[in-house]
Amino acid sequence: MIKTEELKFSYKSEDKVTDVLNDININIIEGEFVAVLGRNGSGKSTFAKLMNAILLPTGGKAYVCGIDSADEDKIYDIRKNIGMVFQNPDNQLVATIVEEDVAFGPENLGVEPSEIRKRVDWALDVVGMREFAEAAPHHLSGGQKQRIAIAGILAMKPQCIVLDEPTAMLDPSGRREIINTVKQLNRELGITIVLITHYMDEAALADRIIVMSGGSVCLDGTPKDVLTQRERIKSLGLDTPQVTELMYNLKACGFDVNDKIINVEECVNELLRLIKKEKND
Amino acid sequence: MIRDITLGQFFPGKSLLHRLDPRVKLLWVLVYIILLFLVNTALGFTLYVVITAVLIKLSGIRVKMFFKGMRPIVFLLVFTAVINMFMTAGEPIFKLGFLSVTKEGIRIAVFMALRLMLLVTGTSLLTFTTSPIMLTDAIERILSPFSKIGVPADAIAMMMTIAIRFIPTILEETDKIIKAQKARGADFESGNILARAKAMTPILIPLFISAFRRADELAVAMECRCYHGGEGRTRLKQLKISKIDIESLCFIPVLLILVIFSRQFSLGLM
Repeated sequence: MIKTEELKFSYKSEDKVTDVLNDININIIEGEFVAVLGRNGSGKSTFAKLMNAILLPTGGKAYVCGIDSADEDKIYDIRKNIGMVFQNPDNQLVATIVEEDVAFGPENLGVEPSEIRKRVDWALDVVGMREFAEAAPHHLSGGQKQRIAIAGILAMKPQCIVLDEPTAMLDPSGRREIINTVKQLNRELGITIVLITHYMDEAALADRIIVMSGGSVCLDGTPKDVLTQRERIKSLGLDTPQVTELMYNLKACGFDVNDKIINVEECVNELLRLIKKEKND
Repeated sequence: MIRDITLGQFFPGKSLLHRLDPRVKLLWVLVYIILLFLVNTALGFTLYVVITAVLIKLSGIRVKMFFKGMRPIVFLLVFTAVINMFMTAGEPIFKLGFLSVTKEGIRIAVFMALRLMLLVTGTSLLTFTTSPIMLTDAIERILSPFSKIGVPADAIAMMMTIAIRFIPTILEETDKIIKAQKARGADFESGNILARAKAMTPILIPLFISAFRRADELAVAMECRCYHGGEGRTRLKQLKISKIDIESLCFIPVLLILVIFSRQFSLGLM
């Protein structure tokens, strides 16, 4: 789906050249749910913008759905297949009415009006916002606005959606809404998801985690492999999920627990096992 | 609260006037205004007031709302009426010092005031019954033939849509900035006009910076959604001229004839 070869990107300003990305080699497969982690300035947002040709590589290549992103004639083929959702929901909504906004993408693609109608209704159903079709965006909550933004992308029928910190400006309930929607898109519709985030708990839901630091990929693997490398994660300025932290500390205190745990359910089971064992002893 | 203001004062509804095609409504408003300036007799004005009253009734919007719309022009109304009353040459009725009120003056003053009031009511009828997005669509469609001579109809419509979309967002933000500056001890209430205008700087600067940032982010988001101008763009809602639109257009010549007819009938001096 997305393949990069020695991908480089640098900003030029007057006489200074700032390298943002160095030699990124990544292959994202169709249907995958990938989380990209990294602290501020690690180049993860730039990486996202390179995936749908908003930025073009200054070195190396990015292939999106088999198309070279530097090929200007096919720029809209790339963009309609790779949807982007950004951090601030307010700054992505264009129209004054929800359904008009969702229709914006297909309208730009020149889709027939009757087909647009179908897509809009379908996209609003998927994100569970059908009842707000006629509402004005400024009357909605942050989480709802972000779901509208996702619906707007869905209506273009993309194969892949890149979400650049979609939950950073939302409250916990809004964050849950978005993450559930994203999971559903991946599991039920088979849409490839690239979720850029700095919340470990969100990353733990992915099939694969890529950790970036200083413009390069540092770690790449399943959540279990990546998130349990505590020392490495800490040295990159990130935190492990709370449950992993708990297990690590229990182990450090001398309890016999498995510290390769990344989600709450596993954690509960492990703690129950531990309590039972302690009782029996 | 600052964010409670309604934009363009649109009142959603299902009346006949709401259902008319916005292009037809725009055309009607244009005709209404032009003919209004041709009316010059009491009969003509009576006719106009009756027609306007019928339209208000049809719109299903309370009359109070139309009077509210009149409030900003009260000063203008009184001012032009007074000037017309005193400054028109003609047969004097009574004198006030060196000023004299003439019969013609009163006539012109009354007509002018009526004309202004009808003007506001007529245009209010359009904005009260048409959503901003419909109006933008109508303007885009009306301008689209001119795109051949370089009028960027779709870009103008897009700009209007975005402006309407962001007014509440920016108002909300202004509200937030005012509160933030007040919390830091800013004083917006005391001092003369100049001091108060100066006190606005700490509101305007952050507002401008954030507006530019918003514009930048929005532009990227629009590009991501394949926006590339109006070329090859389709629309979800197609404007369609229906039977009632055509019927309503048939009334334009009727109105025209009535107005021309009324010009022949001046009842005495009025």
